[in-house]
Amino acid sequence: MKKSKQASKARDHLEILQTRVVVERDHVSSISSSDFPFHTSNRYPDHDLVERLRNKIIIAIEKKSQYDMEFDIIGVDASIANALRRIMIAEVPTMAIEKVFIYDNTSIVQDEVLAHRLGLIPIKADPDEFDFKQSTEHPTDQNTIVFKLKQECKRNPKASADEAEYINHNVYSAALIWEPKGDQAERFKDSPIRPVHDDILIAQMRPGQKIELEAHCEKGCGKEHAKWSPAATASYRLMPDIILKEEITGDLADKFASCFAPGVVEVENKTVDGESKKVAKVVNPRLDTVSREVLRHKEFEDKVQLTRIRDHFIFRVESTGILESEKIVFDSLQILSSKCTMLLKALDIKLKEKEETETSQNNENAMELDT
Amino acid sequence: MNREAYQGPQGGPPPPPGPVNQATPRASDAAAKMLYNCADCGAENEIRPKEPLRCKECGHRIMYKQRTKKMVQFEAR
Repeated sequence: MKKSKQASKARDHLEILQTRVVVERDHVSSISSSDFPFHTSNRYPDHDLVERLRNKIIIAIEKKSQYDMEFDIIGVDASIANALRRIMIAEVPTMAIEKVFIYDNTSIVQDEVLAHRLGLIPIKADPDEFDFKQSTEHPTDQNTIVFKLKQECKRNPKASADEAEYINHNVYSAALIWEPKGDQAERFKDSPIRPVHDDILIAQMRPGQKIELEAHCEKGCGKEHAKWSPAATASYRLMPDIILKEEITGDLADKFASCFAPGVVEVENKTVDGESKKVAKVVNPRLDTVSREVLRHKEFEDKVQLTRIRDHFIFRVESTGILESEKIVFDSLQILSSKCTMLLKALDIKLKEKEETETSQNNENAMELDT
Repeated sequence: MNREAYQGPQGGPPPPPGPVNQATPRASDAAAKMLYNCADCGAENEIRPKEPLRCKECGHRIMYKQRTKKMVQFEAR
């Protein structure tokens, strides 16, 4: 009896080490995954690893609005989740201002600073409709969007006391006027190209000062410059899991609940033998911040274990407003899969090359033996 | 010495020999007017050789060169 209890305890412990990251009072342990061939046995697993991943993987959308979403990916290794995150930030293309031709700028903002600020303005244009522009190529309607900005600040002589003293004092992103080239007016008549936000302050001027410029947008990726990144934030965290080893009852239950973020632990009334008592219950671990507050109290020391599920990733993707959050995720998945196909092709070619050299060497050896 | 009364070096080196005002035409004569902005009142001033450097509006003696009219290209990075 005692032996089997010990065995089950050891099994539980082993399972926690295999599936959880353990958050302890002063450190985090069991961080790395052990779910790979030759970790627990020296035989290659019999089952098909890809097939098993396919059956295990779950993707669930938790919250979604047009430009913001939270979704779970369950059952993948951190390497895949991280690859996805990095692709969303750095390899999903968008359009952004890249070249600025300044005809006049008498504002106090220096030309290069002004150009830099223009570059960071998100431009609402479908990047799928455009080609990448190589440095040797000339700008065409297929790879460039043209914006013009012309604004001069003047004094407002008729301004009342509560009115602004100057006209065109602030230069906002709304002042960027799209100039359709070639067939662009026809191609984008349903969704005219414009800055995502009209109220981004670019510069401030005083009477007599003037800005006149032309800006060319090009297609690019976040890995070259962050202005092309479609994601404002793309991050993931691991799902928290609070394991109760013993029931926590009475006033301790209230104290226990107050150790977590609101909504994580609830105190319920339970009737046992006609007697009502308070019991703490973990309701929604997703809301937990894993603050470890509970581990500071001696009375909970052996009753609770804070963990995170190692293969349960909670992604949060916020868009800059150019692409819908959903599209950022789909595009990044497509980029990831095309990268894998490319790697497979390259491996195939290398393997064939190796085989050919080996067979030709064998043939040579055989000929030498003959003579 | 009064700052307003300052007229520049008087006892400088003698002017080069030969006619000065009817000199051979210079390239700058044919070029567009060189306009400068007064540092005090902002008025546009044309500055010609030999003329005292003073704003025609306010008499200020500091001028700023105007920005080039040429287009300048920048990378938005």
